[in-house]
Amino acid sequence: MIRGKVTIAEEICKGCELCITACPQESLGLSDKINLKGYRYAVLIQDNCTGCINCALVCPDAAITVYRQKKPVKGVGPQVQIAA
Amino acid sequence: MDLPPITNGFELVYQKPQTLTETPMHYCPGCGHGVVHRVLMEVIDEMGLQDRTIGVAPVGCSVFAYEYMNIDVQEAAHGRASAVATGIKRVLPDRVVFSYQGDGDLAAIGTAETIHTVNRGENILMLFINNGVYGMTGGQMAPTTLLGMKTTTSPYGRETSLAGYPLKITELLAQLPGSYYVTRQAAHTAAAVRKLKKAVQLSLQYQLLNKGTCFIEVVSNCPSGWKMTPTESNKWLEANMFPIYPLGDLKTPAQPMN
Ligand SMILES: Cc1ncc(C[n+]2csc(CCOP(=O)(O)OP(=O)(O)O)c2C)c(N)n1
Ligand code: SF4
Ligand code: SF4
Ligand code: SF4
Repeated sequence: MIRGKVTIAEEICKGCELCITACPQESLGLSDKINLKGYRYAVLIQDNCTGCINCALVCPDAAITVYRQKKPVKGVGPQVQIAA
Repeated sequence: MDLPPITNGFELVYQKPQTLTETPMHYCPGCGHGVVHRVLMEVIDEMGLQDRTIGVAPVGCSVFAYEYMNIDVQEAAHGRASAVATGIKRVLPDRVVFSYQGDGDLAAIGTAETIHTVNRGENILMLFINNGVYGMTGGQMAPTTLLGMKTTTSPYGRETSLAGYPLKITELLAQLPGSYYVTRQAAHTAAAVRKLKKAVQLSLQYQLLNKGTCFIEVVSNCPSGWKMTPTESNKWLEANMFPIYPLGDLKTPAQPMN
């Protein structure tokens, strides 16, 4: 499985939950804490994100940044970067 | 923006477009305006048009759109965005010009400007955010309000005998020879956002080719005006807005009138 990671700008997030609804992996939930605006913000609650970017596409406040694991090169041990 | 260090083996696959400013948006939680702003700025970024794009902001919730878009933006009087955009595009034809309006702005007080801009085939992109109410002023009935829909000025639901029918202004504009590309999109799911982005890309490409008016309606939500949570509002949108305002292209160069 491709692994992803998201970071959420917690002071920008308004806790609208649209990212939570949009996530096919159910990776996201709301925090127990509140931010300075008084909202519970979105957080990763499971380490099963695939980096599909659905959450970032629906976020009205552009609070989400998404990273994805680079595709491993088959048959090679540890991944090496080869200059073009 | 402070980005965390990229963890070993991970690459960045999505980040907020650079042309969207760092200013936190004032919109209510879950409001579609923010998504449309982001998509628009993303396309402008990707097409390298930041320094030659001029937007025209409306009166409505998106009145402060210029705070969030790091491009030149002119504020227009209520309903007059497309007329202002006309003037800008005619004086500066090498700029990419768009107007951005809500349904109260574009389809109520600005109906005349809207129809005549499209009828003249002005070479601009008109973005129309249809959330079925006047969001900014507290959720009053708009021309686009659905029959039976409760608003602060139709507390028992919109009734035809008193308020007529939901105005399908996009269908109307597609009839005009001046419109080149007319489409109806949404911004409530990842798939819808991807399609909306394509429509914006296409519209700006057509504008660069001087093809005439491109018009994109975005059927959107107003969680506060509709008195729903954002997730409920998106479900309601699919169940109630889409049957009256079906998504898809109304007019394309390949199918000029369908
Ligand atoms: C000349 C004039 N008439 C009325 C108003 C009050 N007013 C402000 S915004 C608005 C309607 C906004 O609704 P819409 O265009 O649908 O945008 P939304 O807020 O829903 O995004 C109205 C009637 C005004 N500002 N100026
Ligand atoms: S990137 Fe995809 S899988 Fe990961 S949190 Fe966002 S929606 Fe869920
Ligand atoms: S969609 Fe954006 S604003 Fe809404 S809860 Fe998720 S991160 Fe926060
Ligand atoms: S009132 Fe409605 S349209 Fe305006 S910001 Fe709030 S949710 Fe969006």
